[in-house]
Amino acid sequence: MKHAKAWGRLPGVGEARQRPWGDRHAALPTEAGPRIAHGLGRSYGDVALNPGGELLMTRGLDRFIHFDRAQGVLRAEAGVSLDEVLALVMPAGWFVAVTPGSRYVSLGGCVANDVHGKNHARAGSFGHHVRAFELLRSDGSRQVCRPGDADGRFEATVGGLGLTGLITWVEIQLIPIRRPWMAVVQRRFASLDAYWDLDESLAAHHDYTVAWVDCLRGGRGLYSAADFAGHDAPQAEPGPGRRRVPLEPPISLVNGLSVSAFNLAYYHLPRPAFSLQPALKYFYPLDGLADWNRIYGRRGFYQYQCVLPRPAMKEASRALFDRIGRAGSGSFLAVFKTFGERPPAGLLSFPRAGATLALDFPNQGAASHRLFAELDAVVREAGGALYPAKDARMSADMFRAGYPALDAFRAHVDPAFSSGFWRRVADEAPSFPQPA
Amino acid sequence: MNRILIFGATSAIAAAAARLWVARGARVHLVGRSPAKLEALQQDLQVRAGGGAAAISARSADLDRLADLPALLDEAWAALGGGVDVVLIAQGTLPDQAACEASLDETLAQLHTNGVAVVALCTLLAQRLAPGSALAVITSVAGDRGRQSNYVYGAAKGLVSRFLQGLRNRLAPRDIAVVDIRPGFVDTPMTASIAKKGALWAQPTAVARGIVAAVDRRDDIVYLPAIWRLIMAIITSIPEKIFKKLKL
Ligand SMILES: Cc1cc2nc3c(=O)[nH]c(=O)nc-3n(C[C@H](O)[C@H](O)[C@H](O)COP(=O)(O)OP(=O)(O)OC[C@H]3O[C@@H](n4cnc5c(N)ncnc54)[C@H](O)[C@@H]3O)c2cc1C
Repeated sequence: MKHAKAWGRLPGVGEARQRPWGDRHAALPTEAGPRIAHGLGRSYGDVALNPGGELLMTRGLDRFIHFDRAQGVLRAEAGVSLDEVLALVMPAGWFVAVTPGSRYVSLGGCVANDVHGKNHARAGSFGHHVRAFELLRSDGSRQVCRPGDADGRFEATVGGLGLTGLITWVEIQLIPIRRPWMAVVQRRFASLDAYWDLDESLAAHHDYTVAWVDCLRGGRGLYSAADFAGHDAPQAEPGPGRRRVPLEPPISLVNGLSVSAFNLAYYHLPRPAFSLQPALKYFYPLDGLADWNRIYGRRGFYQYQCVLPRPAMKEASRALFDRIGRAGSGSFLAVFKTFGERPPAGLLSFPRAGATLALDFPNQGAASHRLFAELDAVVREAGGALYPAKDARMSADMFRAGYPALDAFRAHVDPAFSSGFWRRVADEAPSFPQPA
Repeated sequence: MNRILIFGATSAIAAAAARLWVARGARVHLVGRSPAKLEALQQDLQVRAGGGAAAISARSADLDRLADLPALLDEAWAALGGGVDVVLIAQGTLPDQAACEASLDETLAQLHTNGVAVVALCTLLAQRLAPGSALAVITSVAGDRGRQSNYVYGAAKGLVSRFLQGLRNRLAPRDIAVVDIRPGFVDTPMTASIAKKGALWAQPTAVARGIVAAVDRRDDIVYLPAIWRLIMAIITSIPEKIFKKLKL
């Protein structure tokens, strides 16, 4: 059996039986669980892993059901990837309303993690644009869920980490675009204070905003703001090339020196203040390099993504950058953005008003965990939370602190569903055998 | 090459091929056993085909029932506007060899589904196909040599391959291509219960790409992936005296 791996490729996660799933009309298996859906495995940690249990491999659910080209409403099976969605809808003048930084993710995965993009301030999260989905439960019931339904199952399943049952199809509202090109504005900033100033002035005028921060040098970085281009952009889009990391290096290629050099170069790279970029290149810079996660070597890597609520965000982000800078183990990808005020779409949705920081760290065992513990303390103090889609290590305590609706959520969990993540953080006596 | 008729359409390989043809603007008529799966596939192809509601039609049928075949063909011809450019026959099951050994009924049923029913369909199609068209049939590398582990399946596929050989010979003067497609191991729901999947396992989309290309080229016999031509050349050249002692 091929080992299902999460994106972080951390070793030591036990095996799960993999059951291909390709028929949306089929009933769930009757054998005892625990089971969990596994889409395209782009979550970094263990939300889609299930040591000792079973994975429903949903990629076979890859059919479109209906596309209303006039209204931009698409219904498709849950295993359809955003890549396939975009190939269908972009030529018709539509785009997904919210997209994460990879298009090799499934619709089911986008719902279950209630993913966010660079336009959270304007558009909210993925769940805000879901009109309906069908949920299949282990008791054999099938239910079409819509936002605001009285039983609350929609809000439990959006961001519900696959624990409320199997999503068989999803219906989303798309956004119209004129050309598949982005008009991008870029500005350097020399300090965090300068970031906040830029954010204040640019975020008000642009749909998409994000910043890259050099943690090793006190929080200077690059701010970028973008919008879909109008008629002045070229009609056609060049196909994005795809390269591959050929094999897994035995040791991580990411170390203090290479990160430092990379960050220095990245900051100083000459950049036009304004440019037009193909939309797929803009949204998915990492998709151009297949299997880039292999550069971290056999030990894999962690991503640490937190959200810092508005009142504390400035102070707390400074504290985080200080600690990461002092630890000297920076990151290629310190992505920093500001979430908007829109109330979360789901009970366990990660995005909330404030700032979010995402960093990749090569797995350095105890040293990594010491740093994460320090960062956790800052996040907790700020009243923030960690993102389950990126997590492989947070404590039950930390999860409870960041997700106050946890108890309300529990009532919606399907008893035959569980995941490595859930057994780790749900703080209940696990009802299934834990791996040794 | 714009009107395409597919039997066993919901099989993973056929469905992937249908997507490729639809992406090229083809009109497709689907025949498959499970109404629910067929409807799901029809919807998918309809979305991919864009607006035109006429592009994709479908009919569920049990192809084991030979008496129904002429009416199915009538309907398909009508649905595709009176003519067919390409037929793909992809129906089939993967027998449990041990169950076949224990049951004559099971053996005959498997030979019927994978052999006789396909031959029946090809016979009727040969009466209707027009010059310039192509008949493509998915057989298997398993038909090249009987092996203890799956000779019932192999015998049925071998029957079809030999039948196609004769049919090709007969139809060649009329410019009708007869394409015998022999996949190796393909990672599909049909083979999901087979635990180990190694380097020789192909994805259905890759096999489908091979089928579409083979039909374009009007090939006679294609192994998919191509490496199987070499593997089967070796396997069929082993003298029977030795072969019968191998555990294959
Ligand atoms: C390069 C890269 C960039 C990223 N950028 C972002 C970003 O900007 N913003 C962001 O929010 N995330 C981001 N992510 C994370 C990614 O968007 C999420 O992890 C997403 O959920 C992955 O989808 P998937 O199909 O791979 O799901 P998986 O990782 O396979 O599964 C994720 C969760 O969805 C559940 N699930 C999947 N299918 C179903 C179903 N049919 N029914 C019920 N539950 C289901 C699983 O059980 C699991 O809990 C990024 C990831 C990568 C690799």
